[in-house]
Amino acid sequence: MIWNEKIECASRDEMAAVQSERLKQTVQRIYHNIPSYRAKMQEIGMLPGDVRSVEDLKSLPFTNKTDLRDNYPFGMFTVPMSEIVRVHASSGTTGKPTVVGYTRNDLSMWAEVVTRSLCMSGVTRNDIVQVAYGYGLFTGGLGLHYGTENLGATVIPISGGNTQKQIQLMQDFGSSVIACTPSYALFLAEVMQEMGIDPEELKLRVGIFGAEPWSESMRKEIEAKLKLKAIDIYGLSEVIGPGVSCECEHQVGMHVNEDHFIPEILDTETLEPVAPGEVGELVFSTITKEGIPILRYRTRDLTRLIYDKCECGRTLVRMEKCKGRSDDMLIIRGVNVFPSQIESVLLEMSETEPHYLLIVEREGTLDVLKLMVEVQEQFFSDEVRELEKLKKKITHNIQSTLGISVDVKLVEPKTIERTAGKAKRVIDNRKI
Amino acid sequence: MIIKQVSVFLENKSGRLNEVTKILADAEINLSAFTIADTSDFGILRMIVSDPDKACAVLKENEFSVKTTDVVLAKTPNKPGSLSKLLDILQKEEVFIEYMYAFSMKDEGAVTVIRPTRVERCVEMLQKHKTELLRADELYQL
Repeated sequence: MIWNEKIECASRDEMAAVQSERLKQTVQRIYHNIPSYRAKMQEIGMLPGDVRSVEDLKSLPFTNKTDLRDNYPFGMFTVPMSEIVRVHASSGTTGKPTVVGYTRNDLSMWAEVVTRSLCMSGVTRNDIVQVAYGYGLFTGGLGLHYGTENLGATVIPISGGNTQKQIQLMQDFGSSVIACTPSYALFLAEVMQEMGIDPEELKLRVGIFGAEPWSESMRKEIEAKLKLKAIDIYGLSEVIGPGVSCECEHQVGMHVNEDHFIPEILDTETLEPVAPGEVGELVFSTITKEGIPILRYRTRDLTRLIYDKCECGRTLVRMEKCKGRSDDMLIIRGVNVFPSQIESVLLEMSETEPHYLLIVEREGTLDVLKLMVEVQEQFFSDEVRELEKLKKKITHNIQSTLGISVDVKLVEPKTIERTAGKAKRVIDNRKI
Repeated sequence: MIIKQVSVFLENKSGRLNEVTKILADAEINLSAFTIADTSDFGILRMIVSDPDKACAVLKENEFSVKTTDVVLAKTPNKPGSLSKLLDILQKEEVFIEYMYAFSMKDEGAVTVIRPTRVERCVEMLQKHKTELLRADELYQL
């Protein structure tokens, strides 16, 4: 079923007309409400009136994650707090999180795009949807939750973790849809096997997986192990959360809800638009959001866009699975991790620049983060007890700042390779 | 009476200890005693050497994490009961020990390296009980 056929199957011209009108309004709203973005426009001599259609989008300045940090917490909101009904937050590049705010209209729009996504995945109001994304500041849980309710399907708001209970409810309640990260899906399959439960006996038929990168081979594995159709959903809190785009049942790229979020693909060096179909950095502009509209937000995700009409009948542009990042952000078990965050934790513990290396491995089905820290003079004590204490403290501080467990290993100075002045900070051994 | 012990951080992998001993050999530094405290992934090498300052300098040049720690060297006769007697004194005088290690020579007696929580008190108390403590210059001649 197509939830909003009129817009999801609109012609390119109809879509461009909708986008142009909404973009103009958004530029006005931002120019008059966000001093930092106004300054960027003034710097290049641009006035809101200069944006006449979606064609003019490419002349507008970018928004970066750092802009959100610099305006922490609410400086990028374009409405008074009395209009904001909810906030969500994701991890920032350093200490402070990235905060986003939603008006009542934003929440309805979000529910709408998630409902469209569920319909794309083949979910109907007869389904029972087990939402195993975390509920809370993370957008995954509540995003899927309200989209499911809006569709009229039944939602089981179980949130993340508690794996045995997840499986028990699948058995007892007959969940037909599971929404979680793809790595958690594999973990569920593993635990089912340990519990001696045959997925064939469950009613699962669709999985809505996102919040971290995953490959086609991982899709095959999940589909074989859980006996369901694995659908990729994409989103980021800076844009709205899950539901920015989602695959349809044909699994040939994620349809972008482009009447709300305009995607562009830019050359990572020149930041100019690439030729249609080429890979580059994905940039989003929101054109209906009220709480925190954002123009040309650099997602740092690398992908390409497909403009052909899809077999499902939708004309919404499709984006391929993300092929990587143009920055050093890692996504580990759904949590965004920047090496700079680790660095600030280590810096807080000593006076001088720490040398460290992050190694990410996929052990079985779960991502494991290992951190090698060089024991420089400032860390070194000749008592084992003190060094063990140091190790525990690093582990604890990272856990409490980033919300992720890390396996710390102390190594000798100069163990970590230096390349042309700048140390290599990350080794990602996951085969994604 | 306070001796500088040299401590080096070592990763638990093959060849690392030999690396240290080679550097010391090239610098013509003699090792009088050493011990290794080890855990699953790292170890701490503690050494009494003929020239602690020089040892630190050459090891730092070779990118090792090094530091010196004050220790006390107590000399006792090489016969049964000597260590027990030494520990009795320390216990009675409430001198607490972080760690210790020892080496003995046939005729010259046994030497115990002590890392107490309070070094000055340890020296004072052992002297009070007439325990022979080694000076740096004596030690290096061993």
